[in-house]
Amino acid sequence: MTDMISENQTAEHTDLFSKFDPLIKMRTDLLSTGVTDPFGLVMERVISPTVAMCNGRETILLGTYNYMGMTFDPDVIAAGKQALDDFGSGTTGSRVLNGTYSPHKAVEQALCDFYDMKHAMVFSTGYQANLGIISTIAGKGDYIVLDIDSHASIWDGCKMGDAEVVPFKHNDIEAMEKRLRRIPEGAGKLVVLEGVYSMLGDIAPLKEMIAVAKKYGAMVLVDEAHSMGFIGPNGRGVAEEQGVLDDVDFVIGTFSKSVGTVGGFCVSNHPKFEVMRLVCRPYVFTASLPPSVVATACTSIRKLMDAGEKRAHLWENSKTLHKGLTDAGFQLGTTEPQSAIISVIMPDLERGAAMWEALLHEGLYVNLARPPATPANMTLLRCSLCAEHSAEQVQQIIGMFTRAGEAVNILG
Amino acid sequence: MTMDRQDVSARIIALIEPFNKKEVAITDATRFTDDLEFDSLTVMDFVAAIEDEFDIIISMNQQAEIENFGQLVEAVMKLQG
Repeated sequence: MTDMISENQTAEHTDLFSKFDPLIKMRTDLLSTGVTDPFGLVMERVISPTVAMCNGRETILLGTYNYMGMTFDPDVIAAGKQALDDFGSGTTGSRVLNGTYSPHKAVEQALCDFYDMKHAMVFSTGYQANLGIISTIAGKGDYIVLDIDSHASIWDGCKMGDAEVVPFKHNDIEAMEKRLRRIPEGAGKLVVLEGVYSMLGDIAPLKEMIAVAKKYGAMVLVDEAHSMGFIGPNGRGVAEEQGVLDDVDFVIGTFSKSVGTVGGFCVSNHPKFEVMRLVCRPYVFTASLPPSVVATACTSIRKLMDAGEKRAHLWENSKTLHKGLTDAGFQLGTTEPQSAIISVIMPDLERGAAMWEALLHEGLYVNLARPPATPANMTLLRCSLCAEHSAEQVQQIIGMFTRAGEAVNILG
Repeated sequence: MTMDRQDVSARIIALIEPFNKKEVAITDATRFTDDLEFDSLTVMDFVAAIEDEFDIIISMNQQAEIENFGQLVEAVMKLQG
């Protein structure tokens, strides 16, 4: 050992970053065409849930998942300010040590009331909610059966645990059933589904899929991140809309979409659910959310319980935009509007990036989604509507898309 | 019920055919990613075809251990019991 140090040689080494070379090249090639970096946008000022200043230009926001427009709700903001005054800027601790304040308990009670379920557990992000719950409940010898288009947080939860991971083709009920049927007798089974799949904005046939899962004795986890507050008579999500929420063992959700802040959660009626607070590592080994965040979430969730008119307006927006873009000649991710996400399919990454930039120059922000985050290696311009978008804004958006599509030769 | 290796190989080769665009000759050493150039979408469809043909599950965990044709044949024979 001392010999090696005294010789003071630098050994030949492999650069650990060389594995990223293909991605670095793809990005360099894209930017060398002169296009604005689609992953480097800065919002200088945010004026409302639907408008911000970007590059000195007033820009309509159509890619923020701020479905219910709660981010500037006066009651929500007041609750956050009050919590800052009363509890300080942060908890500096884990939920199971010094990081549980009364606002954390209050937001969990708000979730129980919102979903009409017995237990709610709040995580620091939605990502951690999936990571923690999935990796903890499905262990060695258990099987996780999941949709191939599942969100990264679901895949990472699978990877972190020790269960056997068995994917099936997107929304394919028969493919799911075949895999459940082949699982060895006696093994624990978890089926993981999403209400709304965020890339194309399509929903899952949860009623049929959950019936199949139950037939094979599987527990069911549904991620309702993109449906909370909007879909279902009480905004509880796609499972509620399809009348099968009672058959869902675990609902995963987030505060970073309709709720309008940050955080994640799991709600459940499982009688032993509270033990998760002791065994779920992404819950235990991280600091809890700041009190101002949980206070805003709590107020927002309670207001979302009674937001029928906003839900109706958001559906109108979704239908209007879907029809307008279809009529203009764009190819969309779904033939009918199924959620508040309208996904516009681009021919390739280069033209997708050019279209994204043309829209930004028009004064419209959407998400550019590219492989590997997208299904079937598609490049998508993903639009997420807000209940606070006015009917006039939606018409403006359709005009912007049409002009940009013609400018970059995507429309014929 | 146990099938011999030759039979399993032949059935898997038949399933590879629609995905083998460059008509690469298949040996035990043929690698799915490097030689047959399967991308992740092709892998999913191909694995589903194998699973249906032999009525087995090849979990992602098991797939991670399978790089070439010979390893796949061994895995299928083992999973069939």
